Amino acid sequence: MSAHVNAPSRTSQDLSESITGGVGESPSRPDGNLKVRGDYAYSSDLGAEDMLWGATLRSPHPYARITGIDVGPALAHPGVYAVLTHEDVPGDNRYGLKIVDQPVLAEDVVRFRGEPVALVAADDPETARRALELIAVDYQVLEPVTDPKRAAHDPALPKLHPDSGCENNLVRYQPIVRGRQDVRADVVVSGTYTLGMQDQAFLGPESGLAIPAEDGGVEVFLATQDLHSDRKQTARALGLPPDKVRMTMSGVGGAFGGREDLSIQAHVCMLAMHTGKPVKMVYNREESFYGHVHRHPAEMYFEHGATRDGELVYVKARMYFDGGAYASKTPVVVGNATTLGTGPYEVPNVDIAGWGVYTNNPPCGAMRGLGAVQPAFAYEAQMDKLARALDMDPVELRQRNAVEQGSVLHTGQQLDYPAPVGELLERARKLPMPPERDPAAEPDIRDLPGGAANTTHGEDIARGVGYAAIIKNVSYAEGADDYSTARASLQAVGGEAVAMVHTAAAEVGQGLVTVQQQIARTELGVERVNIHPNDTSVGEAGSSSASRQTYITGGAVKAACEAVRETLFERAAAKLGHTPPDLAVVDGKLVSDSHGVLADVVEILGDEVIECTREYHHRPTYPLDPETGQSELVHVQHAFSVHRAVVDVDTQLGLVKVVALDCVQDVGKAVNPDAIVGQIQGGATQGMGLAVMEEIQVSDGLIRNPSFTDYLIPTILDTPPMKVDILERGDPHAPYGVRGVGEPPTISAGPAVLAAIRAATGLDLTHAPAGPDHITGTAG
Amino acid sequence: MRLNLTVNGKLYETDEVWEGESLLHTLRERLGLPGSKNACEQGECGSCTVYLDDVPVCSCMVAAGQAEGCSVRTVEGLADGERLDTVQQSFLDAGAVQCGFCTPGLLVQAHDLIERNPEPTDAEIRESLAGNLCRCTGYEKIMDAVRLAAQRKAVS
Ligand code: FES
Ligand code: FES
Repeated sequence: MSAHVNAPSRTSQDLSESITGGVGESPSRPDGNLKVRGDYAYSSDLGAEDMLWGATLRSPHPYARITGIDVGPALAHPGVYAVLTHEDVPGDNRYGLKIVDQPVLAEDVVRFRGEPVALVAADDPETARRALELIAVDYQVLEPVTDPKRAAHDPALPKLHPDSGCENNLVRYQPIVRGRQDVRADVVVSGTYTLGMQDQAFLGPESGLAIPAEDGGVEVFLATQDLHSDRKQTARALGLPPDKVRMTMSGVGGAFGGREDLSIQAHVCMLAMHTGKPVKMVYNREESFYGHVHRHPAEMYFEHGATRDGELVYVKARMYFDGGAYASKTPVVVGNATTLGTGPYEVPNVDIAGWGVYTNNPPCGAMRGLGAVQPAFAYEAQMDKLARALDMDPVELRQRNAVEQGSVLHTGQQLDYPAPVGELLERARKLPMPPERDPAAEPDIRDLPGGAANTTHGEDIARGVGYAAIIKNVSYAEGADDYSTARASLQAVGGEAVAMVHTAAAEVGQGLVTVQQQIARTELGVERVNIHPNDTSVGEAGSSSASRQTYITGGAVKAACEAVRETLFERAAAKLGHTPPDLAVVDGKLVSDSHGVLADVVEILGDEVIECTREYHHRPTYPLDPETGQSELVHVQHAFSVHRAVVDVDTQLGLVKVVALDCVQDVGKAVNPDAIVGQIQGGATQGMGLAVMEEIQVSDGLIRNPSFTDYLIPTILDTPPMKVDILERGDPHAPYGVRGVGEPPTISAGPAVLAAIRAATGLDLTHAPAGPDHITGTAG
Repeated sequence: MRLNLTVNGKLYETDEVWEGESLLHTLRERLGLPGSKNACEQGECGSCTVYLDDVPVCSCMVAAGQAEGCSVRTVEGLADGERLDTVQQSFLDAGAVQCGFCTPGLLVQAHDLIERNPEPTDAEIRESLAGNLCRCTGYEKIMDAVRLAAQRKAVS
């Protein structure tokens, strides 16, 4: 396979490997065999004897008062076991990740099209769907709030959350100011950039199975990014203590942020507990578009000032984020966007402000690259604009201003770890280019914009190249106590030492199960490592988000394994009389350089199991000053990536073919190089989608394209070959030196593609995605 | 209604099939074969791809009744007992599986491609897999997997 496989190039780094499949290698995933056989149980595949099917009635209006609900006819329908409304919510009818503002089922008002109003349980999914149609809800339709800027500033608009204490419909306002505010610059460029609403479009729909338990609690099998966060919110809604809500992870068909908020969790439990039967819920694709949050659309004004020789003097930015009906992650989006809004550049004078608001548009929350994707489209467009104004090479301009270790960001945080942005840019520039199109040769139309649609044979095609460099924070920030818990054990099974790792950290496809095995192999020196299913019988792991799990849960697994190893050494010392100080475990044996092999691990273990549970907390971060945005350490770590995109554009039809999308990224330490390449390529493809095709069309608060027919994500035909160059500049504060990987490529790919389209066409293109209508100038 | 069909070489006779249901629903909910996935039920994602009398189809777009008397092969029928099919093994080895939700459909589609065209070019691979969405991988490792499977089948 060598000729074809896109093997990553890596900077060399020492880590002596004593066993195969440890840290730094690329063993294959432990769940892979089941997955290729079709035997891996996703949350939508579950079933139980005597099971009912749940369904959700959703509001058809973006904003309305509910004046009455009649469930009688639905309840009388044969096969229907329950019809529930807000009156049946046993606990507190409120949930939310950061701000508890969202009803489990709507009470007197609905705030978005798609808001859950009632639930049905029936003996068949089709019966449940029909029963939904029999529920009569009287709505008094209200004028929706849909303009995010007005929502922030206009006191005349209705307040959508009057009890929130917010000013107007503001969820969070955050300014960051640093340096002088009255500076002038030789060259100034400015622009207003807008970004459409993107969908995570994970393939596995929201789904789960709840089984009522004899102790009055409930067992839930589901797909999520954070079991404990779900449990906390669900228990509150059910009025149960958290330990009565026991959650177990099923197979997760992708997540990308869209599974951070609750979807089916509280609903399916309510139905199960009400009927006393197992209940399953599965959304279809259309419902999925209404059933999870999306990426915040944004409007951003940016102004960059620089000296004539290309040194940034100041950045001014004003950013608005439409959070839709409920807060979800809006506060974090504002925090990330403002703290990362200057990009990976040193800027002495900064004046940035961000507003996140409530409207009656679809709720927005977490998606890969949270709050960092939006400003990257703006600041990277600005860097290119500035390069043009200065008549400078855009890569050189970026390198001149790139942050490095020791740089101070506009929050006042000093980067006390490697930040090799200049090097990333240099390496990106040097990556081999795809071959030029030969104008004399008859082209394969499949390689051209429009492809098999046969819209061109090479005429009106312009090629462009674009670069983007970005910055992303890793893990939770602004003072959150971010931690994970791992239980590790070691025992002899059939004459072999076998380790087990148990965490609640969600495997969502990214390969965390593999990473956990690798860490245990490296720390415990044994080949066989079993991964216990994720559930809530072990401590919290936090969410599989913010590129944090290899760092945080990886740190917890490492700590737990180290504790197991220490215990093993103590037992060895007790059994053998004494042991040398340079004791190590290699390949199931206790060894030391001075004494050679001392004993088999299985001998020391005997019949006993060594088990240790450890938490890993990253070093503390601190909140932003509410007025100045200053903070000594707002983010525990930053990650950086650079993309270079090459595109061909049909300038007549506005069709784009991305020809190459190559990435250079610093990962600190490549724990599993092949999996990292997969993350980078997959992440980049989502970023490319946002640049050229992905947008949830919302007008008057309504989603106009809730299907895969109308909301397009890249196919294999849309996606180019992607080279990946991995840099390993370890972060001394992180376990093994790792740096978060998952999000940066999603952030840098999109701006690079847009830059390439601008280079090909000479257009400004201030909106992402840039569709044919933007490129041909026919956008309304 | 009653439905007779063969799936992965085994004869099934099932009652109570609703006239409006898809072959995908029958496979997943009545025959206990949830390997084929439902990600859109609209013919857009290919996660539900199965062989219907040796032709790959989106089983969500086939009415169950249309499969009467037919022979269906799903992802669960690709391996020979313990031994994975070359295409399955190649997806594993090339790292083409992340969340794996797209994998069952892609495996059937790629299996069919290599049967028909043992030495596909990159352009042919892309064209043949254009109806199978994957949201995780960016398709590069899927390309690697199909090339690898073709190579392996050629030498075996
Ligand atoms: S589920 Fe059949 S094509 Fe998507
Ligand atoms: S691996 Fe997740 S959709 Fe393809």
